[in-house]
Amino acid sequence: MINILLIAFIISLVHMGLSKRLNTYISVLAFQGILLFGVAFIELIEINVVNLLFVLLETIVFKTIAIPYFLNYVIKKNKITRESDPFLPDFLSVVIITTIIIGSFLLSNTIQDPHIRKIFFVTALSALFTGLYFIISRKKIITHVMGFLIIENGVFVLSLAVGTEMPMLVNIGILLDIFASVLLLGVFVNKIGDILKEQDVDQLRNLKD
Amino acid sequence: MIGIYLIGAVFISLVLFFNRNKTLNYLLLTAFVILQWGLTIYEYNHRDIRELGYFTPDALAVIFLTTLSLICIPAFWHSYIYFAKDKDVPRERSIYFAAMVMLLTALSAAYLSDNIAITWIFVEITTLSSSALIYHRRNVRTLEGTWKYVFVCSISITFVFIGILFLTVAVQQAGIKDLNYKVLLSNAGSFNVFWLKLAFLFIFTGFTSKAGLVPMYTAGIDAKDKAPSPAGALFGSVLMNVGFIGIFRFYEIISHTSIFPWANNILLISGILSIFVATVYMLKVKNFKRLFAYSSVEHSGLIMLGLAGGGIGYYAAILHIVLHSFAKSTMFFQIGQVYRIYKSKSIYDAGDYFKYNLAGALVLLFGFFIVTAMPPSGMFVSEFLIFRSLFESNHLWLLAIVLLLLTMIIWSFGKNIFKMLFIKAVDFNEKTIEKISPAESLSQYIFLALVVYLGLNPPAVFVNLINTAIQHFPK
Repeated sequence: MINILLIAFIISLVHMGLSKRLNTYISVLAFQGILLFGVAFIELIEINVVNLLFVLLETIVFKTIAIPYFLNYVIKKNKITRESDPFLPDFLSVVIITTIIIGSFLLSNTIQDPHIRKIFFVTALSALFTGLYFIISRKKIITHVMGFLIIENGVFVLSLAVGTEMPMLVNIGILLDIFASVLLLGVFVNKIGDILKEQDVDQLRNLKD
Repeated sequence: MIGIYLIGAVFISLVLFFNRNKTLNYLLLTAFVILQWGLTIYEYNHRDIRELGYFTPDALAVIFLTTLSLICIPAFWHSYIYFAKDKDVPRERSIYFAAMVMLLTALSAAYLSDNIAITWIFVEITTLSSSALIYHRRNVRTLEGTWKYVFVCSISITFVFIGILFLTVAVQQAGIKDLNYKVLLSNAGSFNVFWLKLAFLFIFTGFTSKAGLVPMYTAGIDAKDKAPSPAGALFGSVLMNVGFIGIFRFYEIISHTSIFPWANNILLISGILSIFVATVYMLKVKNFKRLFAYSSVEHSGLIMLGLAGGGIGYYAAILHIVLHSFAKSTMFFQIGQVYRIYKSKSIYDAGDYFKYNLAGALVLLFGFFIVTAMPPSGMFVSEFLIFRSLFESNHLWLLAIVLLLLTMIIWSFGKNIFKMLFIKAVDFNEKTIEKISPAESLSQYIFLALVVYLGLNPPAVFVNLINTAIQHFPK
């Protein structure tokens, strides 16, 4: 079951590369939240109830409901156009993301370690690099935040992979998630939207040498 | 004590945030300074005794804590001047001071923590509080600086977290369930090497954003440039120390494993690239704050070279980072005065500074000699020891390149500073400038003297502390 959920997660990454509209990105992020809920539920069912509740709260309430709602609100409030303005065509995007997935697959296959389950590792690495790719290949500032959220999801998967050994780390990872996302989105909603008229990274090119 | 300190400091920070009364604000800051010094003295007298399960004041923590307690006093004093001379909006002032107190608290706790996960949490809090300081002026430029800082630091802190996850995989073989530095250190030999390498790469990369090294140095430059100069002084000194302590504590663990030579190579590459990048930018920047910020990148690179060189280099690295904290904060405090005279940070607008502010101009002149490590600067001693360690570890080519780059840095640094001090400013209206009291430069003279004193004639306590801090490294 975990395998199915994680594979669905990887497919959602490819779908993100394929689509152009910001709304699709938001729904995919929400969908990923549900998938992570499933993985966390199956994975952590034997650890104590408080921890489990905390994790579930994070995946469902935060990742699936709060963040997509917040992103929608930001887009509406700042009248951001619905296109994501990639630097590269969609086809190339899909090719690159597929290469990333295959690459992380091959990389994980070279590792001989009984302590780590490869499927978690492949998913986490793919999400990590896809997030980085999103950050460098999209023009809008809001898509940078989305790229960061993908990275966070990858880190969450990774922390689940070792989380049964040290549940404290999963909680800290969640803390990171909430903290950084709120900080990034908070700056975005309150400040960037009000001050910058066009929400492109081109606006952020004044500080240089 | 750390418990009392954390509760007290958070309480002070909250009251500062909600209270807009000027007198009360400054009274609270005084209370915080007293609390900070109370903590420092207490921890010095209770070294290596564990508190609250996660904090141990070891020698390095005590050194950095003392540095922070010393620097925070002029930082508050210059902030006071900044608000007295610049526009003083009660709301902005209270946010500024609340963020600064929060930053100093998080830094102190991060120095003292003996668990890598706890260090991580407090480093994350420093990102939050510094972003409030960078955004203080509330215009488009500071917004850009804040956004970049928050973004790059969030990515870096995620990297550190990934590194910690890999570390847990690496330690599972040894059957460890706790990420305490001491436990890790005593079991270092039995870790899985492959995962440890990955962990080191990620943790190192993550902390470079705070320590000001290649590859993540960029965020720090904008932060130091855009924040008000007292806050910039904190970013250029104590905030860089927290990145260093993160790298140092993990590197200490690595030094007991078989990948130690490999890790040394990573430090060497990062160090030399930092110096190179700093040189390239220092030859071309036209903004004093950015000039000093790049100079911090250079010194950070030198410190990494000292660590990688080994031997006497460990001692030199810690001495150098402490001296650098004092010297660099001095320069940033002085730039606040320069800005008040010329209303600009650009090298083109400044000139003939001796005529307008004698005391400040002397600070810049002496500061130039101190920061570029010319005798009698204490940093000359530490840099010399770093070079010796490189020489003894047979990195002759590297040493030659570093010396060449440092010469270029001294040239460009000197060119810009002397231009400001001696050459007449173009189109500068002398009528409107304000008179700056020499007393404002007092703290800077004290710090510069401290750099000379600590370098040339270090007190025995200080030397013992450094030697205790580096005792775990292989001889």
